[in-house]
Amino acid sequence: MAKAKQIILDPLSDNNPITIQVLGICSALAVTVKLETAAVMCLALTSVLVLSNVIISLLRKAIPAKIRMIVEMCVIATLVIIADQLLKAYLFDVSRQLSVFVGLIITNCIVMGRAEAFALQNPPLPSLLDGLGNGLGYSVILISVATIRELIGSGALYGVRVLPESYMGNGLAMLAPGAFIIIGLLIWAQRTAIKKFETD
Amino acid sequence: MELLNIAIKAIFIENMVLAFFLGMCSFLALSKKVETATGLGLAVVFVLTLTTPLNWLIHHYLLRDGAMAWTGVPALAALDLSFLNFICFIAVIACSVQLVEMVLDRFFPPLYTALGIFLPLITVNCSILGGSLFMVERGYTLPQSVVFGFGAGFGFFLAIATLSAIRKKLRYSNIPPGLKGLGITFILTGLMAIGFLCFSGISL
Repeated sequence: MAKAKQIILDPLSDNNPITIQVLGICSALAVTVKLETAAVMCLALTSVLVLSNVIISLLRKAIPAKIRMIVEMCVIATLVIIADQLLKAYLFDVSRQLSVFVGLIITNCIVMGRAEAFALQNPPLPSLLDGLGNGLGYSVILISVATIRELIGSGALYGVRVLPESYMGNGLAMLAPGAFIIIGLLIWAQRTAIKKFETD
Repeated sequence: MELLNIAIKAIFIENMVLAFFLGMCSFLALSKKVETATGLGLAVVFVLTLTTPLNWLIHHYLLRDGAMAWTGVPALAALDLSFLNFICFIAVIACSVQLVEMVLDRFFPPLYTALGIFLPLITVNCSILGGSLFMVERGYTLPQSVVFGFGAGFGFFLAIATLSAIRKKLRYSNIPPGLKGLGITFILTGLMAIGFLCFSGISL
């Protein structure tokens, strides 16, 4: 049980997929202009990650080592197609805003990385927990970046205005450079907090 | 003129890395040395220019709504297979990367050794798949998609080459320990993106 807890909690801070392992950055930056899109993206990525981990872990003894990449790609691409179709059916507006980034979950390194590094060697249950943990670790960073960007950029949270009307909104936070700088500062804060430094 | 417009837009104004955050993983991981960065950049230009039009052909003649009307079979003409876009595109990309690798190995061994490991890694570079998905979303024609593929690739090349040059200088600067490596690279990329924002005033 302690091990299960560790599998889930480890990716949340000490081994965070985004800030420590540097995986899946592309979508982390692109969908964080607003909290709503970020939340939907987190949900989509976490479900794809959990399902792909479980499926690949179930298939792990049947997949020949030489073509494992292609098999993994097929599993992931199928799941992403399902996620994309579901979003188009039930959350059409958000799916329009996410544009190509739902499709790009296929090439999101977190999904592929966890399949390679964890699901291929472990039974389904720990793989499920690992997928969940990494999905949550990704979500924590995405939600915090989106909160900062929406708050600074438009003075609102989840589309609801929270700062007084006199706050003009800082356009830089909504643009690409703002995302880069905010995530850079977050990485600084987190690495200083857990004292995990890179040696160059 | 319109093609030039698309190329300039793809290179500067809507730069794959700095405006759409595509291909960030390899952008960050492989920008430590100028040589590897330019090698990867060239490989991306090559593969994007190749796969975007290839995927255009597949999308237009096989997958989109009513795409198979050219077969003359009504049952096929009524099909809309566009939900298969993702899986087909990624398969095309993986195959063409493999093909490029074999051709280079056979006919241009020096270029092949120069690119080394980066060629296979390109399959999972989001900017390649992103290029194809943008091509579908924006409804480009075939010549437009060739130019867009090349422009997007060249934009990536420009960004990664510049960043690697800046990172080379970083080695001699005094950076707080927590910011070292990834953190400072992000902030640098942010500053570069501000620079590229200046191009957004250009209208052609």
